[in-house]
Amino acid sequence: MFALKTIVLKWLFLTISPCDAAEPWQLGSQDAATPIMQGIIDLHHDIFFFLILILVFVLWILVRALWHFHYKENAIPQRIVHGTTIEILRTIFPSLISMFIAIPSFALLYSMDEVVVDPAITIKAIGHQWYRTYEYSDYNSSDEQSLTFDSYMIPEEDLELGQSRLLEVDNRVVVPAKTHLRIIVTSADVPHSWAVPSSGVKCDAVPGRLNQISILVQREGVYYGQCSEICGTNHAFTPIVVEAVPRKDYGSRVSNQLIPQTGEA
Amino acid sequence: MAEAVSAKTPSLSEQYHLENEVKQVKEDPSDENTSEETPDDITLKTAPADFRFPTTNQTRHCFTRYIEYHRCVAAKGDDAPECDKFAKFYRSLCPSEWVDRWNEQRENGTFPGPL
Repeated sequence: MFALKTIVLKWLFLTISPCDAAEPWQLGSQDAATPIMQGIIDLHHDIFFFLILILVFVLWILVRALWHFHYKENAIPQRIVHGTTIEILRTIFPSLISMFIAIPSFALLYSMDEVVVDPAITIKAIGHQWYRTYEYSDYNSSDEQSLTFDSYMIPEEDLELGQSRLLEVDNRVVVPAKTHLRIIVTSADVPHSWAVPSSGVKCDAVPGRLNQISILVQREGVYYGQCSEICGTNHAFTPIVVEAVPRKDYGSRVSNQLIPQTGEA
Repeated sequence: MAEAVSAKTPSLSEQYHLENEVKQVKEDPSDENTSEETPDDITLKTAPADFRFPTTNQTRHCFTRYIEYHRCVAAKGDDAPECDKFAKFYRSLCPSEWVDRWNEQRENGTFPGPL
C-alpha cells in the first residue's frame, strides 16, 4: 500500500518531462540525449564555475578600488610600478585556471571525433531549399530502392493543439535508440546545416561534400532542431525532427513508412 | 532535468523512479552493436567505419566504395557475390542523386574516376 502510494505520488509530482525542443525564455541547454551533449553540458558547468570565480574576484577588486580610492577619500595616489610577488601570482593563477578549463575541453573535443564502434545504421540527411530529404539505404538490393522521404515543416494553419510552431514536420526521421548511428549530411543546392541541440549535433550540409556525424541517442523521445545555415527565404522554416524509438520497434516503424512512401520514393 | 544527468544511461526503473518494477524490468544486456536475432528484430548493419577516411569528410569514402564496386564487377563479372558487399557500402554512404549521376556518366563514358 505504502509502495503504491509512493509510486502514485511520484508519478503525480516528480514525472520528468525532458526538454528536447526550444522553450520560451529558456536560459540553459536542452536536455542531453546523447553522450556528446552530456559532455558539452558538463564542460559548460566546469567552465561556468571558473567563470563565476573570476567574475566575483574581478568585480570585488574593481568595486573595492573604486570605493576606497575615490579622490575624496584618498587624495594622494600611490605610484607603485613593481611588485614581484603579485606579478608572479597573477601569472600563475590564470595559467592554472586556463589549464583546468583546457583539460576537459580538449578531452571532449577529441572524444567527439573518435569513432570507436562501427555504426549500425547510416542515414543520409540531404538539405534542399527548403525541406530535407532522408535516405535509409542500408537494405537496398539495387540502386533504386532506398527508403527516401521528404520532410517539410507543417505550416501554422495545419498545426494541431499541442504541436510546436515552426518546429513540426510531416515525416520525422525515425532512429532506433541506444544504437550507434552514422548520419551523413549533405546538400543538393546551397549550404544548410543539420542541427539537433539535444543530441549535441550541428553539422553543415555542403553541396558536393558528405559530412559524417556519429551519435548514440540514449533515450527514446522526439528531438527538435532547426536549419542552422542561411539558405534563402525559408531558412527559418526548415526544421528537423528526430524520433528515437525502441530498437525492436524500429523495424516495423521504418517498414510502415516504406509502404505509403513507395509511390513517391 | 538535473535528475536525468548521470554518467551512464539510467535504467528505465531509475528514470521513472519506480520501486516495484525494478525486479521486473530487464535491462537489455546486449551491447548496442550486436543485434539479437529475435523475430521482431532485424539485423542492423551498414558500411563500417573505414580507417582510410577517419575524418568528418566522407566524400572520398563514398566515391572510393563506388569505384571499388565497379572495379570488382569489371574483374569478376556482374553477379559475383563478392561485389555485393561493395555495392551495399556505396549505397549506404552515397546519396542516390550522386549514384544516379555517376551511373549516367559511366554510360556516357564521362565518369571522372579510375574505373
